[in-house]
Amino acid sequence: MDTTTPLLPPADWRDFLALTKPRVMTLVVFTGLCGMLAAPVGVHPVIGFTAILCIALGAGAAGALNQWYEADIDAAMRRTQQRPLPAGRMDRQAALHFGVGLSAFSVILMGLAVNLTAAAILLVSILFYVLIYTVWLKRRTPQNIVIGGAAGAFPPMIGWAAATGDVALLPFLMFLLVFLWTPPHFWALALFVKTDYANAGVPMLPVVAGERVTRHQIGLYTVPMAIAAVAPWPLGLTGPLYGIASLVLTGIFAALVLRVATRRQGEGDTMKPEKRLFSYSILYLFVIFGALVADRWMMA
Amino acid sequence: MTPEDEKLIRRRQAGRARVMALLLGGLVLLIFAISIAKIQLGMHG
Repeated sequence: MDTTTPLLPPADWRDFLALTKPRVMTLVVFTGLCGMLAAPVGVHPVIGFTAILCIALGAGAAGALNQWYEADIDAAMRRTQQRPLPAGRMDRQAALHFGVGLSAFSVILMGLAVNLTAAAILLVSILFYVLIYTVWLKRRTPQNIVIGGAAGAFPPMIGWAAATGDVALLPFLMFLLVFLWTPPHFWALALFVKTDYANAGVPMLPVVAGERVTRHQIGLYTVPMAIAAVAPWPLGLTGPLYGIASLVLTGIFAALVLRVATRRQGEGDTMKPEKRLFSYSILYLFVIFGALVADRWMMA
Repeated sequence: MTPEDEKLIRRRQAGRARVMALLLGGLVLLIFAISIAKIQLGMHG
């Protein structure tokens, strides 16, 4: 036994729940559900429920493995130091076993109960988040969340694959929208928690390249994101309901980005525009995916 | 180990056991429901 490791009492079940990042899971479950509901074929309610459960469990497992690997970073950041591992409420090995077990369970259940395509994409998304983002990119490059954002973009594709057994242009565009939405979303956050990331040694863009470049990059990534958001309408994949909703919602997003991209942080700045962009970006994704589902149902 | 520590450990063990029981019960129901759904899907194509 390692005598330097203090013996901890067994973790509370709530700490295992916290390990799965339930708040992040809500968005993942919602986009996965939208991918499934936007598919042209119906899915048996029990199979549909199982698919969404597997997406949630897979996301939770990836979150747990992320926290297992990043316990040192989490301990250095105010936003995350109360998580079960940095707060010393859980043993690291328990987190690892929980994450690996839950990953395997979610993928196997998806493969057996839903279909192999959905299970394969779920496996890729977990591995991408844990190995490519958490282990490889996060500590090495300021482009960490650009590439790593792909992991969070898979759920709509998994939802669609759960219903149809394959992947088409619309779920790919949904993937692209979440993928391109991730940089402006995270960099808006990074702008107002910059000190936290710097203290933890995470090379987030504002820490490495500075505030001006980050604001510029937020603006740059919003352009392809807006194209991916609106594209389903001119491509004939959705009707005018989604078209108009995406134009309005993306217009508001672009206006908030413009404000963030063109300002400079002053002395004693409360970073309101950045906080507003961050909050709106979450609402944006919920509403635009909701509009997509509503539109597809009206078209059917 | 103090009596307080022992009490904490027992309380956590009991909590985890209860949650595990609920999860296993849920899993049994889920697998039953999946089996029925698969049979229905097999019957109706």
